[in-house]
Amino acid sequence: MSIWEYANPKKFIATSTPLVPWVMGLAVAGLVVGLVWGFFFTPDDYRQGSTVKIIYLHVPAALMAINAWFMMLVASLIWLVRRHHVSALAARAAAPIGVVMTLIALLTGAIWGQPMWGTWWAWDPRLTSFLILFLFYLGYIALWEAIDDPDTAADLTSVLCIVGSVFAVLSRYAVRFWNQGLHQGTSVPVATGGRTVDDVFFVPLVICMVAFGLLFVGLVLIRTTTEIRARRMRALEARMRR
Amino acid sequence: MIALLKRDLALAVRAGGGFGLGLAFFLIVVVLVPFGVGPEAAVLSRIAPGILWVAALLAALLSLDRIFALDFEDGSLPLLATSPLPLEGVALIKGAAHWITTGLPLTLAAPALGFLLNMAPGAYLWLLLSLALGTPALSMIGTFGAALTVGLRRGGLLMSLLVLPLYVPTLIFGAEAVQRGAAGLPATTPLLMVAGITLGCYALLPFAAAAALRVNLR
Repeated sequence: MSIWEYANPKKFIATSTPLVPWVMGLAVAGLVVGLVWGFFFTPDDYRQGSTVKIIYLHVPAALMAINAWFMMLVASLIWLVRRHHVSALAARAAAPIGVVMTLIALLTGAIWGQPMWGTWWAWDPRLTSFLILFLFYLGYIALWEAIDDPDTAADLTSVLCIVGSVFAVLSRYAVRFWNQGLHQGTSVPVATGGRTVDDVFFVPLVICMVAFGLLFVGLVLIRTTTEIRARRMRALEARMRR
Repeated sequence: MIALLKRDLALAVRAGGGFGLGLAFFLIVVVLVPFGVGPEAAVLSRIAPGILWVAALLAALLSLDRIFALDFEDGSLPLLATSPLPLEGVALIKGAAHWITTGLPLTLAAPALGFLLNMAPGAYLWLLLSLALGTPALSMIGTFGAALTVGLRRGGLLMSLLVLPLYVPTLIFGAEAVQRGAAGLPATTPLLMVAGITLGCYALLPFAAAAALRVNLR
C-alpha cells in the first residue's frame, strides 16, 4: 500500500468521489462560521474601524494563491519524474483556482487600501509580486490551452512551472530591493510563533484559513475528476470514430 | 559548437531583417516616448533609464521566435538534436547567437539613444555596463521561451506572455543600476545582481530549454 496507488485514475476517482462532499461540506461550514464570526462578532479595530474585517478574505486567499502554485510545482515534479497522469491533471486543475485566489487577494487588498492607504494600488513589493504571480498563472494556463497533445502540454507546462517558480521567487526579492513598500509585515509569522493579531481576531482568521485550504482541496479534487472524465470521453470518441 | 555559432550568425546577417530590425525597433520605441509624454527635458531625463531598458527588452523579444522556428520548419532542428552535440549545448549556442545579433547591437546603440532622451551624463557608463551584463540573460530566457513554443502555430503572442514575466528581475536590477548611476549613487549592487541573474540563466536554462525541445521534437 503506497501513496502511488492513488495515481491510478480509477482508484483516484473511487477515493476522491466520496471524499468531496465531506471536504466541501467542512469548507463551507468553516467559511460560514469563520466569516460570520469575523464579520459580525469581532470588535472594530481602534484605528482601522470595520475595514479590518476584510482580512478574513484577504489573508486566506493570498495564502492559497501561493500554496496553489506550490502544489502545482510539486505535481509537475511528480509528473516529470513518475509520469502519473493524475498528477499532471491535478496541476492543470489547480491553476484556475490559483488565479481566482490571486484575484481575490488583489481585489480585497485594493478595496481595503482605498480607505486605509488612500490609494487602490501602490507599487509595493507584495502587491507587485502578486501581480507577477497572476501573470505567471495566466501564462501557465495559456500554454495548457495552446497545445493539443495532452502529454506534450503536460511536459511543457511542468517545465514552465519549475522555471517560473524560480523566477517568481527571484521577482519577489527583486521588487523588495526596488521599493520598500507600504504593505505591513505578516500578522501570523509561522516560523517565529510571535504574532501581532489579538486572539479576538486570530481565531476566526485561522478558521477561515483552514476553510480556504479545504475549499482549495475540494475544488482541486472535483476539477481533477472532471479532467480525468473529459479525457476518457475524448479517448472513447476517438475509438468510436475509428 | 563553434560551427553552429558561425552558421547561426551567418544566417542572421545574410537572411536580412532580423539583424537590423531589432535595432530599428529599439530606435522607434525610444523616439515614440517623447511623443507620448511630451518633450520636457526634465521628465525625459528622469524616465530615460527605464525607457531604454524596457525598449531594449521589447526589441530583444521581437526576434525571439526566429531562434528555433526557422530551424524547426526546414528540418535542421531534428538534425541538430541527433548530432553528437548535446541539445543543451545547442540551446546555449542559440542563446549566445541571439545575444550577438540583438543584445550586443542594442547595448552599443543605447548610449546614442540616451542623448535623445537627455539622460544624465553620469548614467552612460552604467547603461552600457548594465545592458552588456543584462541582455545575455534576456537572450537565454527568450531561448527557453522559444523552445517551449517552437511547435505551436501561433506561438509568438503566447511566447511574449510566457517570457515577459520572466524578464522582470533582470529589468528591475538593470534599470535600477542605471537610475542609481544617473542619480550619482553607487550602482555596483544592482549591477552585480544583474550579472548573477545572467550567470544563473546560462548555467540552468539550457537544461530547461533542451528538455522543452526534446518534448517538442518527440
